[in-house]
Amino acid sequence: MQKPYRQRRGQKRRRAPDLLVRIRNLEFSHESRSGEPLRLFYGINLDIHRGKIVAIMGPSGTGKTTLLRLIGGQLHPGSGTIQVDGEDVPTLDNKSLYSLRKRMGMLFQSGALLTDMTVFENVAFPLREHTTLPESMVRDMVLMKLHAVGLRGARDLMPSELSGGMARRVALARAIALDPMMVMYDEPFTGQDPISMGVLMKLIGELNRTLRLTSIIVSHDVEETMAIADYVYLLSEGRVVGRGTPQQLQQDGSAWVRQFVEGEPDGPVPFHYPAQPFTEELLGE
Amino acid sequence: MERIQQLLLQLFSVFRRLGRGQLFLLHLLGGMASLITRPGLVVRQLYSVGVHSLVIIVVSGIFVGMVLGLQGYNTLVDFGAEESLGVLVALSLVRELGPVVAALLYAGRAGSALTAEIGLMKATEQLSGMEMMAVDPVRRIVSPRFLAGFISMPLLAAIFTVLGVFGGYFVAVPLLGVDDGAFWSQMQARVDFYDDILNGIIKSVVFGFVVTWIALFEGYDATPTSEGVSRATTRTVVHASLAVLGFDFILTALMFGA
Ligand SMILES: Nc1ncnc2c1ncn2[C@@H]1O[C@H](COP(=O)(O)OP(=O)(O)OP(=O)(O)O)[C@@H](O)[C@H]1O
Ligand SMILES: [Mg+2]
Repeated sequence: MQKPYRQRRGQKRRRAPDLLVRIRNLEFSHESRSGEPLRLFYGINLDIHRGKIVAIMGPSGTGKTTLLRLIGGQLHPGSGTIQVDGEDVPTLDNKSLYSLRKRMGMLFQSGALLTDMTVFENVAFPLREHTTLPESMVRDMVLMKLHAVGLRGARDLMPSELSGGMARRVALARAIALDPMMVMYDEPFTGQDPISMGVLMKLIGELNRTLRLTSIIVSHDVEETMAIADYVYLLSEGRVVGRGTPQQLQQDGSAWVRQFVEGEPDGPVPFHYPAQPFTEELLGE
Repeated sequence: MERIQQLLLQLFSVFRRLGRGQLFLLHLLGGMASLITRPGLVVRQLYSVGVHSLVIIVVSGIFVGMVLGLQGYNTLVDFGAEESLGVLVALSLVRELGPVVAALLYAGRAGSALTAEIGLMKATEQLSGMEMMAVDPVRRIVSPRFLAGFISMPLLAAIFTVLGVFGGYFVAVPLLGVDDGAFWSQMQARVDFYDDILNGIIKSVVFGFVVTWIALFEGYDATPTSEGVSRATTRTVVHASLAVLGFDFILTALMFGA
């Protein structure tokens, strides 16, 4: 089940050999319950090169998770193109979309573990669904992935018995179970203690090198993310407001980037969800 | 004017939901074929949908049968026709009470559980996570549950009916002194396989289909929050029960009306 992807990869790498994800003029609005669409992206351009670790950072609620879902084909863009591995994601039919997804791993912000299965079965799930490997091989592969995230001993626990950070690591083990070409990490570092944070950072870097993965990391943890990322995109209010290698960004003069990277409370980055002025609201009772 | 507009909008959203429900049904039926290769998935659901509903079905069946026996006896004895008690109990159960009451209990016991389970899986992103792992959640999660419900419901109705007859027998013969032989022989003579038993089975098959479909769709279509799931669960019980009664009328009219 794994071989064919590798082979296929070799054949159709003509169009953009170096570019794994290519996003152009992406616009997207969430359908809100009040009926008024919530505009999230106003024409985003983004390139993710093969084999790199690319970080997408931005304030909470800018739509980072939404962007990952768009790349994974779970949401449809209002306009613009999203290409992954040379394929145009929004126009794919179900079959090709699913075959593309087998080559992507995604680590959900919430972990999204299947609550009626043990840790072991959760990691084994993609293998059982997509391959016909014998049980002994499944076992070895699962234990290997669990070992990599330091949770081999937790294999018989149920997801409800895990801490938030552990659940995230199990989800990571599951995301890499099929040896994908690309992994999208949604907030991998939140809820990790300093040790597992360090382990995770190392792990992401190692996976990237040894499996020749491409990694997209969505994170608020500026320091950690900057330390392992090759390239960083900063998103705010539906636009890319900063891009470059971590060194470039740290030297960037723009007030926005400096505020975000340094974590200063005051500056051009809005802390508040858009609202009418507070005094007005208090007085307008 | 605004009222009319709102009404139309609501009507529109009802139709949209109906449409979504039907697409969902097609989708989950499409997943049936692949279940042949993975019977384990269905067996596990048969256990949680069917076996877990057994207790309530067994207990209710016996009690409903006993009540039928008591009430029937009181009416029949005035006409000196208490020997026909067996027929009365059997026919009421086979034609009506078996399928209908079993379906209502099934909706309350298994249907609500199915809705809550799938709604919570949606709320905790498990379904979305599966999609990203290139596993179709409708085929993997919903289809086996549907098949299990579809198989369980007629069996539960049959168990309900049989136990109901025994409940009626227990009240009639040992307690009220109806003649043992007359109770069974009249029943045997008057209950027809095609007219009564087969029609009862058809009813329970239809109910199983409808209740399971509603329960699964409500879960899958639930707003992914705790409030949304709790509402969906309530809706399952209400809509499924109404659907059972509505279909019962239609089916009865078709079967026994002419
Ligand atoms: N299903 C939805 N329907 C409507 N609006 C949504 C939906 N999901 C998210 N939103 C809105 O879209 C915006 C972006 O959400 P998203 O989850 O992508 O943010 P994020 O950048 O990942 O934030 P965080 O860093 O806190 O995870 C939020 O303002 C949220 O209110
Ligand atoms: Mg997010």
